[in-house]
Amino acid sequence: MKNRYTWRTFSREFIALILAAITLIPLYLLLVVALKPSKDLFTSAAVPPIPPQWGNFATAWENAGEGGLGNAMLSSAIITLGSVAFLVVLGSLCSWVLARRPGRLSNSLYILFLLGIILPFQLSIIPLYVGLRALGLVGTYAGMILLWTGVMMPLAVFLYTGFVRQLPPDYEEAARMDGAGTFRVFLRVVFPLLRPITGTVAILTGLFIWNDFFASLIFLSGTDHQTLPVAIYSFVGEYVTQWNFVFAAVVIALVPIVAFFIVAQRQMIRGFAGGIRG
Amino acid sequence: MRRVPWLLAIPAVVLMLGLRFVPAIFSGGYAFTDWNGLSLDANPVGFDNFVSIFTSEITRNAVFHTLLFALFLLVFANVFGLGLAMLLHRGLKSRNFLRAVFFLPFALSHLATGYVWQYIFSYTGAFNQFLGAVGLTSWQKTWLADPDWSFYTIVVVLVWQYTGVAMIIYLAGLEGISEELDDAVAVDGASWWLKFRRVTLPLLAPSVTIASTLTLIYGLGAFDQVIALTGGGPVGATETLATLVVKNTFTFGQFGYGSALALLLATIVAVLSITQTSILRWWENRQ
Repeated sequence: MKNRYTWRTFSREFIALILAAITLIPLYLLLVVALKPSKDLFTSAAVPPIPPQWGNFATAWENAGEGGLGNAMLSSAIITLGSVAFLVVLGSLCSWVLARRPGRLSNSLYILFLLGIILPFQLSIIPLYVGLRALGLVGTYAGMILLWTGVMMPLAVFLYTGFVRQLPPDYEEAARMDGAGTFRVFLRVVFPLLRPITGTVAILTGLFIWNDFFASLIFLSGTDHQTLPVAIYSFVGEYVTQWNFVFAAVVIALVPIVAFFIVAQRQMIRGFAGGIRG
Repeated sequence: MRRVPWLLAIPAVVLMLGLRFVPAIFSGGYAFTDWNGLSLDANPVGFDNFVSIFTSEITRNAVFHTLLFALFLLVFANVFGLGLAMLLHRGLKSRNFLRAVFFLPFALSHLATGYVWQYIFSYTGAFNQFLGAVGLTSWQKTWLADPDWSFYTIVVVLVWQYTGVAMIIYLAGLEGISEELDDAVAVDGASWWLKFRRVTLPLLAPSVTIASTLTLIYGLGAFDQVIALTGGGPVGATETLATLVVKNTFTFGQFGYGSALALLLATIVAVLSITQTSILRWWENRQ
């Protein structure tokens, strides 16, 4: 019975491959149109253009968003990496405390973090805008990193705390016996043990922050710190149906995630499944 | 033995309270004022904002669209997601590749891929070209400008983007079902449907709860897809609560009214997701 490759398995595989091809049609069209000359835009969407207009990418790179797509990519990278760094450091430290100091206080805090995950983000967006505006942080990297660190912290703490609770405290105690201080214990013993869940936290929060359009539109449109989705949005506003240039910009904007996906799709999917099941 | 100092938890706790709970409370407060976002004083207006929401046809329809998007996404993403998971689950050589392909639309910027769909459904776009090529010229439509059809174009995009997530959750659930059990049922000669109904589905109950709650929440928050495809039009036919929150607050400067819409959306999300989770948990326990 075990895993023989029968004709039934083959037909399942065949159907799945056809469905996968259908799923990829929009991405195929994206590539084809991104390489079309402007005069052929409204005909033969599915036929690859000869010769391909590689110059479309240069046009998009220079003109999309404030200061070109390079600028937007840099903004996306700074905001995403900065927020993820804070989430990992502050989230893991907090969870270490919550997991190792059981009691009423840590339980109540843990429940607050849980509620923070459930609380819809849309509810907070207007006061967040008002608050960051009062602090002069709208349209700045610091403001966005602060925003995302706070907004995503409940998820980070939830994932980390579940993981730390499963870790036996023996290693930490042994290191203490050897005279290591709190920070040394954390840095040398605890944090390395958290590596699998750190990957999950970084992937889940990083993907959300990188792709976010809702908050980024509100906080960054019209500034020179636009992230990629906001830059694409404003580029579409200017180039309306110049689909070849718009799609060239979209292709460039998707490259970092596709590259990351190819390198780390297994960890990403596993992290995603594990994260939401946790 | 020294203990882990509480001090280390403070930054995360402060950030969580300051950026999650305090704004939520403020939002609840703004919702009952006429604040314009700039002036120093805001007048309390009681339930006026909510009365306006339910007396205006645009916003009433937006509530309706928000619920319908969530319903369509919930049903299709879960049916297709479970179907794909069962298709891929055992013995396929290209399993990992296929899993990655189906998950990819979710990982890519929903706004960016939304524009690809805008092009596909535009009048001169790929879909009408395809209909023309196969001789169905009479079926060609201005999909996005047609109040009857634009709604469904967004449903298609939502399902394309989120089916992979549901599939991942169901695949993880299927991995928890032992092969021996599967084989034992197969040897018993049970029909495929009976096996699905009596063995697979009950064991997948926790995955059903997670996947359907997640897709429900995603559907209720639909924003990027609407902005990319229709901007809420034509004549409000695809407007959702999320798009109205942003438009009213940041385009029209109605911070009080926008907060009331946000509070309504948050209440709908909370009530529906909690109700749905409780019902599904009850069903899980009966299995």
